[in-house]
Amino acid sequence: MKDASEATTTPDGRKIGAVMMEMRNITLRFGGVVAIRDISFDIREGEIRAIIGPNGAGKSSMLNVISGFYHPQEGEVWFRGRKRGPMKPYQVARLGIARTFQNIALFDGMSVLDNIMTGRLTLMRSGLAAQALWWGRAEREENANRESVEKIIDFLEIQPIRKTPVGRLPYGLKKRVELARALAAEPRLLLLDEPMAGMNVEEKEDMSRFILDVNDEFGTTIALIEHDMGVVMDLSDRVVVMDYGRKIGDGTPDDVRNNQEVIDAYLGVAHD
Amino acid sequence: MTDQLLFAAEVTLNGLMAGVLYALVALGFVLIFKASGIFNYAQGVLALFAALTLVGFQNGQVPFAHLINAVFGGHLQSFGWQLPGAVAIVLTALVMVALAVLIERLVLRHLVNQAPIILFMATIGLAYFLEGFGDILWGADIKKLDVGLPQGISETVETLTDSLFGYGFFIDNLDIVATLVAALLVISLTLFSQFTKYGRALRAVADDHQAALSVGISLRFIWVMVWSIAGIVALVAGIMWGTKSGVQFSLSLIALKALPVLMLGGFTSIPGAIVGGLIIGMGEKLFEFFVGPMIGGATENWFAYVLALLFLVFRPQGLFGERIIERV
Repeated sequence: MKDASEATTTPDGRKIGAVMMEMRNITLRFGGVVAIRDISFDIREGEIRAIIGPNGAGKSSMLNVISGFYHPQEGEVWFRGRKRGPMKPYQVARLGIARTFQNIALFDGMSVLDNIMTGRLTLMRSGLAAQALWWGRAEREENANRESVEKIIDFLEIQPIRKTPVGRLPYGLKKRVELARALAAEPRLLLLDEPMAGMNVEEKEDMSRFILDVNDEFGTTIALIEHDMGVVMDLSDRVVVMDYGRKIGDGTPDDVRNNQEVIDAYLGVAHD
Repeated sequence: MTDQLLFAAEVTLNGLMAGVLYALVALGFVLIFKASGIFNYAQGVLALFAALTLVGFQNGQVPFAHLINAVFGGHLQSFGWQLPGAVAIVLTALVMVALAVLIERLVLRHLVNQAPIILFMATIGLAYFLEGFGDILWGADIKKLDVGLPQGISETVETLTDSLFGYGFFIDNLDIVATLVAALLVISLTLFSQFTKYGRALRAVADDHQAALSVGISLRFIWVMVWSIAGIVALVAGIMWGTKSGVQFSLSLIALKALPVLMLGGFTSIPGAIVGGLIIGMGEKLFEFFVGPMIGGATENWFAYVLALLFLVFRPQGLFGERIIERV
């Protein structure tokens, strides 16, 4: 971990760059409950970084700290070489951090296409007046954005459902639409909160493939949370393991797999 | 018999046009309810406040004239100018936007994540405040509003129908204008919300706050936008009702007429507000015409509410509202 600033190449030829995001000694409390206790780790440009741990380990809280939904009481969040002050979630989104949710947060009443278009809001520049009157710039912008959204729709293979209201879709497809919306923002960092939760084997395989493709094709840095160990180990370059709000492991999937503390946390251990 | 049929047709037409005015008020409620889940009790007072401000600007009234006179003595009344209607309307629209900003800053911002009933109570407070503030600002007397809209019985319609059916329809010019304006307003609001990024953001916020935040939408900005639009819709309603029956306190009570419209149309549907308004407007006129004479008349006062009650029993989500599904 000493050479954190140097670029490296993975065995399969992807480039992993410098540190993009760094969490320094993060502590998050809810009243008297400590959800995250003094955790530090980093996320590097172009990698797939996983945060794993048993239920209640504080993984989702950590993701919410990264995405600005929670503000830690102690510690610092550094993003692209700058310390990030307390921010609103929409400001974090405008920095280029997009996310999906554990229990899908889509706009049920809107079509798949419209849902994905909302992902591009941060990239659209024309003002309220131009939009209201549908003047030159607003129209050009809308068309340009439609094009890039169509590319994402192609990429994630959801053409047949573009006009369907999201509320009517089955669970697996909703997850995919949510990924599409996050991708539409052309994020530097993509946060996935349990992207495979509640999926069957086939859907999990599809989702894994999409995550790898996104990383490969767009070079998007991805941080994901999962508690399905198998999936995570195959996908990710490096893994942080949390348990009861503490970090108990950090390293390549192989390192983590052989870490005694991690094995104990997952399999349970007799306390004496 | 044909005479009575023609008369009924005229009544229907008049009812539909009255319904458009109800719909205008209901529209303001729907916009705010959709975007923030707040039932805005102050919508009627917003219309009153807008109309008062419009008259004030138009007649060059000195704001707070009574207060200034009472404290410092003197006889300030007006600046002595008359603004053209269009200019006064634009100025008033700006005031409504400023009001929306203030409401967000001073009220809504402090009540984020509170229960709907708390926000509802806040809008009741807002209604009483605005009512009193409007009086202090512009005076409590009944004012005449004339921004140059045509009024009185339309002769074109009368001669046309007379030559067609041998019976002249009495239609108020103002009602025709109101219908056109309302149609224009609804079409442009629909286009705005369907085809622009702000419209999309608006629908996104209405659907899911958390998801909206995650794609970079600022809730505060959307709230200011929604309250501004609701304020401008209130201004339009205020102009129509104010021209019809003068600007006075009772203008704020039109909000009560919007309630049955909302129960029919559903609180979350813009087309619902329009159709609900039309049904209520037409229904109460026709009921008065056919049934009124048998039960002693004056049915227009209660018909709308009884209809709304029936809807509450058999279709509580309204004609166009989102289905209420209880998941267990």
